[in-house]
Amino acid sequence: MEFAELIKTPRVDGVVLRRPFLPTVEGTLCLTGHHLILSSRQDNTEELWLLHANIDAIEKRFVGSLGTIIVKCKDLRVIQLDIPGMEECLNIASSIEVLSTLDSVSLMYPFFYRPMFQVIEDGWKSFLPEDAFKDLESMTEEWRLSDVNKDYSVCSSYPPLVAVPKDVDDDTLRKAAAFRHGGRFPVLSYYHKKNGMVMMRSGQPLTGTNGRRCKEDEKLINATLRAGKRGYIIDTRTVSVAQQAKARGGGFESEANYPQWRRIHKAIERSSILQESLIKLVEACNDQSHSMDRWLSKLEASNWQTHVKEILTTACLAAQCIDREGASVLVHGTEGTDSTLQVTSLAQIILDPACRTIQGFQALVEREWLQAGHPFQQRCSQSAYSNSKPRCEAPVFLLFLDCVWQILRQFPCSFQFSQHFLVLLFEHTYASQFGTFMGNSASERSKLNLSQKTVSLWSWVNRPQEVERLSNPLYEANCLVIWPSVAPQSLLLWEGVFLRWKRSSRCLDEAYDEMVHIIQYNNKELQNKVNNLRRQLAQLETEEEEED
Amino acid sequence: MSFLFEIQVEEVKLLDRYTAKKPAIGTLYLTATHLIFVETSCNTRKETWMLHHLIATVEKLPLTAMGCPLHISCKNFHVAHFVISSERDCQNVHQSLVRLSQPGKVEELYAFLYNPKQDEDERRNGWGFIDSAMDFKRMGLPNEFWEMTDLNKNYELCSTYHSELGIPKTASKGTVFGSAKFRSRGRIPTLSYYHKESNAAICRCSQPLSGLSARCVEDEEMLQAISRANPKSTFMYVVDTRPKLNAMANRAAGKGYENEDNYSNICFQFVGIENIHVMRNSLQKLLEVCAMKSPTMSDYLTGLENSGWLRHIKAVMDAGVFLAKAVAEDKASVLVHCSDGWDRTAQVCSLASILLDPFYRTIKGLMVLIEKEWISMGHKFTQRCGHVDGDPKEVSPVFTQFIECLWNLMEQYPCGFEYNEKYLLEIHNHVYSCQFGNFIGNCQREREEMRLYERTFSVWPFLWENRHQYRNPLHKCSLGREVLRPSTLPLNFKFWCGMYNHFDKGMQPKQSILDHLLTITQKKAEGEKKMTDLQIQLAVMDGVLADQGSPTGTPPEQTSLSPVSVSHTAENAKPLMNGAAVEEAEIELVPTAGSEKMEPVLFPWRSNMSEEGQSSSEITTEAVKLVA
Repeated sequence: MEFAELIKTPRVDGVVLRRPFLPTVEGTLCLTGHHLILSSRQDNTEELWLLHANIDAIEKRFVGSLGTIIVKCKDLRVIQLDIPGMEECLNIASSIEVLSTLDSVSLMYPFFYRPMFQVIEDGWKSFLPEDAFKDLESMTEEWRLSDVNKDYSVCSSYPPLVAVPKDVDDDTLRKAAAFRHGGRFPVLSYYHKKNGMVMMRSGQPLTGTNGRRCKEDEKLINATLRAGKRGYIIDTRTVSVAQQAKARGGGFESEANYPQWRRIHKAIERSSILQESLIKLVEACNDQSHSMDRWLSKLEASNWQTHVKEILTTACLAAQCIDREGASVLVHGTEGTDSTLQVTSLAQIILDPACRTIQGFQALVEREWLQAGHPFQQRCSQSAYSNSKPRCEAPVFLLFLDCVWQILRQFPCSFQFSQHFLVLLFEHTYASQFGTFMGNSASERSKLNLSQKTVSLWSWVNRPQEVERLSNPLYEANCLVIWPSVAPQSLLLWEGVFLRWKRSSRCLDEAYDEMVHIIQYNNKELQNKVNNLRRQLAQLETEEEEED
Repeated sequence: MSFLFEIQVEEVKLLDRYTAKKPAIGTLYLTATHLIFVETSCNTRKETWMLHHLIATVEKLPLTAMGCPLHISCKNFHVAHFVISSERDCQNVHQSLVRLSQPGKVEELYAFLYNPKQDEDERRNGWGFIDSAMDFKRMGLPNEFWEMTDLNKNYELCSTYHSELGIPKTASKGTVFGSAKFRSRGRIPTLSYYHKESNAAICRCSQPLSGLSARCVEDEEMLQAISRANPKSTFMYVVDTRPKLNAMANRAAGKGYENEDNYSNICFQFVGIENIHVMRNSLQKLLEVCAMKSPTMSDYLTGLENSGWLRHIKAVMDAGVFLAKAVAEDKASVLVHCSDGWDRTAQVCSLASILLDPFYRTIKGLMVLIEKEWISMGHKFTQRCGHVDGDPKEVSPVFTQFIECLWNLMEQYPCGFEYNEKYLLEIHNHVYSCQFGNFIGNCQREREEMRLYERTFSVWPFLWENRHQYRNPLHKCSLGREVLRPSTLPLNFKFWCGMYNHFDKGMQPKQSILDHLLTITQKKAEGEKKMTDLQIQLAVMDGVLADQGSPTGTPPEQTSLSPVSVSHTAENAKPLMNGAAVEEAEIELVPTAGSEKMEPVLFPWRSNMSEEGQSSSEITTEAVKLVA
């Protein structure tokens, strides 16, 4: 298929672009296979380049022969294009509709994108499981890297290499995999250097209604316990949801079969509910009525903040079991690809200072989300405005980013990155020129040969100028565990994403720049000047002494 | 400590309001002015001080297995739940606190005892520190349209106004006195803010005694005079800040609002801010939300909505924005009133002034504004704050709402204000604490009768002296004379955790950007000083400057060349953190269980995080126990 067939009108002059809080731009609208471009053809004005993949929904309106297309983006921005000529407008609209919903993976932009920047370090090679394991090996000898899944036959959503207890052989792993949802047998997620406790994750056990058990599974997870020690199983579902899962062949670990483990149920919602929550929240934020009651009641009814609180609370619980109770933890929900990953990755942010650096956070996303098999492509194919029937869409990763932002807000000096980094990740999970978030698992990504055919987001991010942009000027390395407050008063709506297009950013940007200015001026220049003067003074003194 | 303790109770427990953390055990003292709880359960000395006058309610609950609970909540939203083992002791403390927290007479307030070791001159100068009359000069008054009159010098015109009033030049004495008779409590239309750029003015008054059909020629003339004082505009706004229904109800009682037909060229407008009783109840509900023990997000948001608090804050802000817009954009004068013109009117006029004039966004400017619009225009502080035992129906958080609107503005304009959140909290605290005389009394005349200026101290010089703590490091003067046009969409209003949960440290961000930046700017100032010193020394050594006394010597602390001396400065910068000194100390003494080695203390403000972090983790400990 050629893109040209889909573009009936590739160019329209005299189009007016209207965006909230920005000046209107009049210019020429062009459609290409992947972009909607509006250019005023004047040197000093910014051009609009919008990826079709970023378009969530469009609306058409006509007044006489003037057509208007409202473009609603996955990054929650809403823009308006006034297009003279009804036919042109209709053509443009239908092209956008088709181009923004192409299903064929091979037509996606990352396969066509050629970087305009020099790749210093290939992001596809930055975070290999082998390298991550070397770090682990330096701390403990109790774990090994198993290639039992090398051809993705044991678990289709796991990477080829996973860390498992040293004493457990691959055969046991295969049997345990058969007992876990999607073959997701318990694997290592995090090793807590301070006390040697670990966090593991898996899919739910397939106990079914008749309480099936699996000795190998029990052996596998018991192998992570120290003698006489108990561990915690954190099931991200409520007891009743976990009970209901039995009827569909799933279930949870019974006390009888796992006597060394204490099970705790939490209530993180399933993905379809989260998607609905996002839609309601965005709708609430777009409400232009001036009623405070209406805003608060819509915010409440969206339940978004409830999800944030619940996820953070569960992550704190996992972190606490490890750090305070000195116990190992196994986390799972149903599939082990959504709420499980929210919990394990947030717990690491709380516990491990390395995850709070720019590189470390990338490694975390790579390890706990991409390698761990979070189905990004399914979850992020539609955002809050889409009119199509939702399939598997859910803002699971966005909620994770929101929770990270909450911790960042409470510990503004403990993260090497600023919220810009989180916003950037949010944008790229929904629409990107990079291949990083394509596919739903390591196996899919390898079949698509992404590392050869596309550029990694990390290649872009890890260039000095981008690192600089994403850095948090307040950062001071903090080696401690950071415990966020999960009281409702302490959790705010993430303005950087949800109110981003709802108000002028001028004052906030100005404040940010001023803050950077204050910090940079003081730390460097002044210190240098003082030191210089001291040196001069000392020199003079020694000279004088010599003279004496 | 050299206090005479009136009451001392040992083995008192201080409970954590939100979590099941082990209660702190200590000794409770009641002095003449404070309740002091000294923790003995930990090896560090931690003290909790509560000024008696700040206590809003003391409640003794029925005896439990632990002892007798005593719940204290303060006007600055500090809440403490004590448990006293003996019921008789508890009874004692309760009775004393009820008596001490609600003095019968104004003279018993703390301000009359407080003596900050200043002499008479300093006291007098202190009271002269802020002069609201000067502010009119700053606005360019008197001028060809406006004059300052002393018609009220004996408070004969209006007993609740200041003695000096700004009125239009063309208004005759007869007009002024006639108008006073037609306005509730004689509160005539008088100048609040004059906008030089547009010649438009904001004036304030009380409701007219229009009843169902009464009119008053002098009052109509008065409004016309105000209108004429802005010759470029063909009309003026008259804003009634009450909901229309309330204003209509007042007509039956012989009061009411202006009939557009009787006044020439006025544009009349209701803005619908609720009365003091609605506000009092709303705050009550808000505090109930804050006090909920482990609420769900939904409980919290629903509670917040049902309290109506943010709706009221928004209503006040909307009205302020309306006024500022009328003046700056329509270039029309505005006359504002509510019923008596001392609550809603004060809120709205002062907010509009802040929006219009950057002077009020400075540390000193806010003092002037409060002095001008609140103190001298007769906001009834004694009654609204419940300083002394009196009618509880007169108590209302009117001033608190103003301060909260201001905070919301600061959130939208992080570079627009010279002061920071701490300044607002400190002012709010002093409004209720009665440590200083400024906020005692209901109007100027009362204050003079009480001889407050001779018997108490003014808070303004005290705040001014500590102004480095209240600075906003991000403040940019370059914003110039910009009029602020805040968005009042509901999503821009946030719950003010820093105010209502100020004393629940676990809920606050564990690291404060403000403290961080303040420390840096403080360090910068010190660094710059050091640089100048070094430059001078260099000059002396080079023989450019004459040696000033000290023989070839640099002071000992400056001889060190290692960067260590720099970190010392950082440590010295610490007292900057206002009021947190006690807690800071505690934190440094108790190392975190199993905490890794801290890096050199280059940035001392960071050292508090381990301890703070621990306390909030208890929330999750609870979760583990619950399952067990």
